This record gives sequence, structure tokens and C-alpha cells, in this order.
Amino acid sequence: MASGIKDKVVILGMGCSKFGERWDCSPADLMAEAFEECIADAGIDKSEIQAAWFGAGMDAHNVGPSGLPLSIALRLPNIAVTKVENMCATGTEAFRGAVYAVASGACDIALALGVEKLKDIGYGGLPQRTRGVENDMFWPNVSAPGAFAQLASGYRAKHGIDKDDLKRAMAHISVKSHANGAKNPKAHLQREITIEQAMNAPNIADPIGLFDCCGVSDGAACAIVTTPEIAARLKNSDLVSVKALQLAASNGYEAGYGDWDGSYLKTTRIAAQRAYDEAGIKNPREEISMTEVHDCFSITELVTMEDLQLSEEGQAVRDVLNGDFDADGRIPCQIDGGLKCFGHPIGASGLRMIYENYLQFSGRAGDRQLADPRMGLNHNLGGFPHQNICSISIIGRYEK
Amino acid sequence: MFGITAYGAYVPRSRLQKSAIADANDWFDASLRGLAKGERSMCNWDEDTITMAVEAAQDCLTVLDRETIKSLCLASTTVPFLDRQNSVVISEALNLGNRLRTMDVTASQRAATTALISLLEAGGKDDSSALLVASEHRRTMCGSRQEMLWGDGAAALGVGSQGVIAEYLGSACFADDFVDHYRGEDATFNYDWEERWIRDEGYLNSVPAAVNELFENTGIKAADIAHFVLPSDQARTPGAVAKALGIAADAVVDSHINNLGVAGAAHPILLLTAVLDKANAGDLVLLAGFGQGTDAVLFRVTDAIASRRPKTGFNGALEKRRPETNYNRFLSFNNLVERDIGKRGELDKQSYLAAMYRKKDLLNGFIGGKCRECNTIQIPKENYCVNTECGALHSQDDYALSQVPGRIKTWTADRLTFDWNPPAYFGLVEFEGGGRLMMDFTEVEEGTVESGVTVTSHFRIKQFDNQRGFRKYFWKAIPSQQ
Repeated sequence: MASGIKDKVVILGMGCSKFGERWDCSPADLMAEAFEECIADAGIDKSEIQAAWFGAGMDAHNVGPSGLPLSIALRLPNIAVTKVENMCATGTEAFRGAVYAVASGACDIALALGVEKLKDIGYGGLPQRTRGVENDMFWPNVSAPGAFAQLASGYRAKHGIDKDDLKRAMAHISVKSHANGAKNPKAHLQREITIEQAMNAPNIADPIGLFDCCGVSDGAACAIVTTPEIAARLKNSDLVSVKALQLAASNGYEAGYGDWDGSYLKTTRIAAQRAYDEAGIKNPREEISMTEVHDCFSITELVTMEDLQLSEEGQAVRDVLNGDFDADGRIPCQIDGGLKCFGHPIGASGLRMIYENYLQFSGRAGDRQLADPRMGLNHNLGGFPHQNICSISIIGRYEK
Repeated sequence: MFGITAYGAYVPRSRLQKSAIADANDWFDASLRGLAKGERSMCNWDEDTITMAVEAAQDCLTVLDRETIKSLCLASTTVPFLDRQNSVVISEALNLGNRLRTMDVTASQRAATTALISLLEAGGKDDSSALLVASEHRRTMCGSRQEMLWGDGAAALGVGSQGVIAEYLGSACFADDFVDHYRGEDATFNYDWEERWIRDEGYLNSVPAAVNELFENTGIKAADIAHFVLPSDQARTPGAVAKALGIAADAVVDSHINNLGVAGAAHPILLLTAVLDKANAGDLVLLAGFGQGTDAVLFRVTDAIASRRPKTGFNGALEKRRPETNYNRFLSFNNLVERDIGKRGELDKQSYLAAMYRKKDLLNGFIGGKCRECNTIQIPKENYCVNTECGALHSQDDYALSQVPGRIKTWTADRLTFDWNPPAYFGLVEFEGGGRLMMDFTEVEEGTVESGVTVTSHFRIKQFDNQRGFRKYFWKAIPSQQ
């Protein structure tokens, strides 16, 4: 019986670039920016890193294939560099590779770095891209908002929610995240918005409006991980450890068969339960202090609250409007501003979320510091609601 | 008895208001205002000769037994492919199998009548049927009279000996290199000559030459003709020809210039379907096709007509309409303006022909799979059954979903993604009996889409590959109540 990843690996250091429209920065610049913060935080020399996992989501618009871009950008000492890509779960996937390598004992210190340069494409939103030779012949030409907007239609049909009520809850989510992001100097969008602005913004994909969408930005984030024993020798401060790392991939069931009604993410429910089991969490509502979820669109965050068991089924609208996930609510969500304010440089996002956990547990989150957080959950969704990859990481204080 | 055994019709839903053409163009040609009465049919951006032909044939198949079809003939002067047999694409969309004779007949306004005569003259040795589909999507110059007078449409006929609704009595052909118009190799538009000359030297010479011979051969008299089909974009010419022939004025079938437009090579067959919608047993029908001569065909409607009318027919197709007042959209859909489609439209999606061939059952026939182990229906058909309880390998038989109604599970109207007619509607469709697929929707009228709404599937253009002169087809959902 596998014992899971809980407390086998700790974070030695982390770094995160400023996210935004970094017109003057190359991917290599962003990587160096995140890495310099990370290596300084870790307090080690580059030569001590024994293996690296490199996450980048969109080869065609980013750095191209393979681990070379990372190795060259950071002048790594000819170590193994593995390129990973798993859509929006890419950042977490890179982290998972590094963590598993340390946990296996194959190496002592490993690096995970994710980067995405989205603002070189010449238009707003994510790049229009091929879905593969065969899929392009019959898949609808779905944009990201077009994919996730369908959650709203499925959710309304299932729970009989009025369109305006759902839209108001979606608006609340965006307003909350903007308020959080306004306190984060590394966020792309650092200004507050009003409910009215969110409700009345131009329509993108019914019922998703402009302010229901996360930003699109350039950015990089990274982590250096090691064993608790090595970290204890190198660091005086309290350690932050990995409690769970789970990934769930659709197998065609939602898209092609069964009772899936489009109102929730099956993979999130599976990955969440596995992660809670791995972390030994019995009651997520009591034990999770904060969440960074994949708020690519406000509706995604809303249904994710139910998928993570943080709201009763059909009650997310009520809980959101009640402020349960606001900065001062029972389980703050996107305390750093989320994808909403950071934007979503695909390869970096998962690591950016963990970075916020790390800052919060280290008491370094500045104006948005939460009181005594113990356990943070991070969630990414790659693909479409009916066919996707979900990654969940749970990070917490190392207690042995 | 041998003759027509079934028929079907299709007219694109969009109907461009002719006043919109005049509003945009009468500054240049004031005479257009005089033609600006009523409306004309126009293909949606994802419709062409092939997709319309599929629709008309499907209507015909609501009566005609597909198992009997041994040949399929497409007649059109606007085939999307000059060298890739268009009728095969239609045949696969109709799931007619591989064991049939397919043929494209083209290059004349009487392509369809000539093809029909060929099928009728070939007769039938057994109970098999031939399917004739005539379809036309002609492009016209901006602000031209043709733009005002023409329309797009398709019609289909079953030919055989079983269930004859219009008995074939005979035909006559008059071939004559009378160049009233032409469209040469590499040309997009027709070039035509003076109408009065076409009427006097063309119609009034050529049609009687064929028709009188037919009357002599069959012994039928002009006065006995109940329905005289002679398509023309010259509103008064069919009446003048009828008068010259001695056919009663009230037998002349309206060319529907003001509520459909003349659909080129498809129009003789379309007007024949209009006749068959209302004809009574015993009626004599004279069908004429004009173009470098004349084809004339004579039918007698039988008692079977009452029980063999299709689901939609001509009148049904004409009634399914959506007025279009935006002339710019017409120009855009017909590729008559260079539209800024945005950078999202620039994505190159090459046509990978080997992969397309592998997937052709799905792409052309909308064929999924039904698991022999657990009866689960699924699309696309994959190696392993999608039912996680089953998961059997290579257990699926072909299962066509093209005629199976579906229900919308999830949907949106996407204004960000590239579409020739935004917003792009799409969503997850669940088919009756099982199987679900994320599909494009088309022809959506705002406010008609919601979870739970029923849809039907339609063969449409999925994508243009303009870089390589190719177009891809696939199936799209249309809300049924539209």
C-alpha cells in the first residue's frame, strides 16, 4: 500500500516573477527573475541542484520543446532537465516531478520551474491553437471562456438557479479576487472593481463577461525542494511541506457517457478526495485554511467550491454571496488575487499558487497575511469541463 | 411503371431581403430598385452545393428506401470540388455505403434535367432506385441583377419502378450552342448577354423545338398540360413560351423569383418538387430545362403521390425561413469582400488527408459505435468502450447518429473564438438512446438555445483551408424548433 507523499518533501525555497504584460522580458528573463529569488531563499548554490523539471504549456508560442530552454536560461550544471506539459496543470506537474524525485531518494535537491510568455502573440486572450490533427476535424472551435461558460448552463439546469443570481455570485467572486490582488505587488491586475462593473462588462461567452475572465499575462514561478532532514540542516525557520499531490485525467466518460450533467468537474472531485486522503484530512472545511483554485473564469471557482467539498452541492451561490471565501471569510480563496489578478501564464500558475501558500505559512504575505494558516489547497484545471486534467496540491506546515 | 418515386427539397433558411441589396447598390444602378421585391435564399457561411444536396436528399429519404439506392447523381454547376467527386461526399453523408454508382453532372443549366432523362431512359432491371440531387450555390457580382434574381437551393428525386408518383411518359432533347451566358475555367462569375435576345432567339426557339417533338412522340397535347416547369430569371418568359406552345397560362409554374430566387441547375428540380407538393393524380407535368438547348420531360402524376410526400417538401423548405437584412453578411458569406477576420482566424489548420480518410466514417457519415457487450452508444467510435463498467476492446459496431435527435446538455455563445458568423454557438449534445458529443451549433436564433432543447444534426462546412483550396465538412446541431 502506497504511503503517499505527505511530509516526505519540504520546500527549501521559492520564487515568483512579477506577473503581467512583460513586453520587455523574454521567457529567459522571467525564469531568471523567479529563480534568483528562489535560490536566494533556499540559501544554496546552483550547483547543489541535482535535477530539474521544467513546465511550459504552449510550445508554439513560448520557448519551444524540451528541457533545454531552462537549462540554458539558468546555465544549470548539465543536470537532468525534464520538460513537462499537462495544459493548465503544467506548473503543478513540474512541481510533482521534482517532489517525487526527492521522495524517491533519487536526488536530494530538485528544482521545479514553470514559465509562460503569452503576450507575444499579438492579441488578447490565450493563443488560438490546434487541438491535434484528428480533433481539429470535428471539435468545435472552442475558446477557453467558451469551454467554461458551459459550466454555467449545466449548473443552472441542474440546480434551477436564475441566470441573474448566478451572474451576481460570479461577479462577487471577481470583485473579491480583485480586492485581494490589489494588495499583491506581484499581481498583474492590482485594482479593485465593483459588482456593477463585473455585472455589466462586455459579454465574452454567455454568461461569462470580461470581468469573469482571468487575466492573460507573462510570468514564471519556481520551487526548490528537498527532504525535511536536509532542510532542517540548511534552514532555521519553520518548514513547509507537501501534504498531497494528486492528478486526475478525464477518460472520456464525461464527454461521451454517463450521468455527467456539465454542472461540476468530475476530475476535481476525484483528485480532491484522493488529496484529502493522502494528506489525512477528514474535514476539509475545518482543516483547510486557504485555497488557490483554478479561477480561469469566475464560474469555475464557484463550482470548484462544491467539488472540493467546501460548499454543499447546490449551495455555492449562497456561500459565495455570503462571503465564505472572501479574505475575511471562513476559507479565503485566492488570497493572492488568483488567476483573476495574476493572469494565467500556463506553465507558471500551479507554482505561483504554491508560492502564495509558502509565503502565508512563512508569515511573509504582507498586507494579505492570514492569521495562522495551517493547510493550503491548490487546484488547477487543464482543458475543458467535459474533458480535462485536474491537479491538486496540498501544502502545509511541516509538523513532525 | 417507371418514373419518379420520391422527392425532397431544401432551401437555406436565410432569406436576404432584396431591399437590402437595393439599399446598398442603387446609387450605382438605379434599375435595381425595380427588382427589389421580396427576398432570395442565401447559403449560410457553412453551406454549399454539397451540404444543400445532403439536406434535400435526406428529405427525399423520408419516403425513399435507402436500401434500394444503387446510384447517386449530383447535378450542379457549382460543385465545390472540380476534381474530387462531390457525389461521393453526399453519398457518404447519407450513409449509402460503398456499393453504388456515383456521378457528377455539370457545366449547364440543364445539367439536372439531362441527368434525370439519362436515369429515366436507363430504366431499371430490378426494384432498385437512383437518386438524383440537384444543388446550386452560384456566386454573383456585388450589385448585379443576378444577385437580385438568383437564390440558392437543392432538390432530390428518387427514380425507379417502386412507388412511382410521377410516371415517365417520354422526353426530348434539343442541343444548340446558344451562349446566353458562360463561366469559363478559372472564372468566378458568369458573363451574360442581352435578355431580349436570350428570350427571342433562345427560349422561344429552343424550348418549342424540344417540347413539340415530345408532344408528337407521346401524343400529348399542349392543352392537356397541368403544370409547365420552365425555370427562368426572366419573369415573363415562361408565360411567353407557354403561349407559343399553346399551354394554358395557369399551368405555368412560378419561378419563385420573389421568395426564393432562381437556383440555377437545381431550379428545374426544385420547381418540380413545388409541383409535386400540390399535384393531383392524373396531372400531366411538363418539365423543361434550358441551357445550350432544351430538355423536355413529360410525367403523369399517379395515385401514389398522396402517400409519398416527403417530410418537408418544397413548401416546407420555403417556410423555414429567417429574414436577413444585413447585405454585408451576404457579401461576407459569399466571399465577395475581404473581411478582417482577426488574428484568431489566422490559425492554419491543414487538411491532413490521410488522417481525414481514417476518420471519414465519423466526419462524413456521423458514425459512432454501439458496443456489442453493453449496448452503449458512443461517438467517436474508439478502441475501448466508453462505459467504464464495460471497457470492452474492439466491441463496437458502426452506429450512425446523423438522423438521431439530441438534447443540449451544456452550451454557450462564444464571442472570443473565431467564427464566420459570431457568436459561435456550441455545446455538449446527448443523443436519444445514448452517445454524446461536444458539437458546433449552426443557424441559431438568439434566445432559442438552452439546456434541454432538442436538436437535429446537419452536414455542414466545418472549416475552410483557403491556403490549400480545401474545405472540411462535419455535422452540426440545429435547435429543432427553429
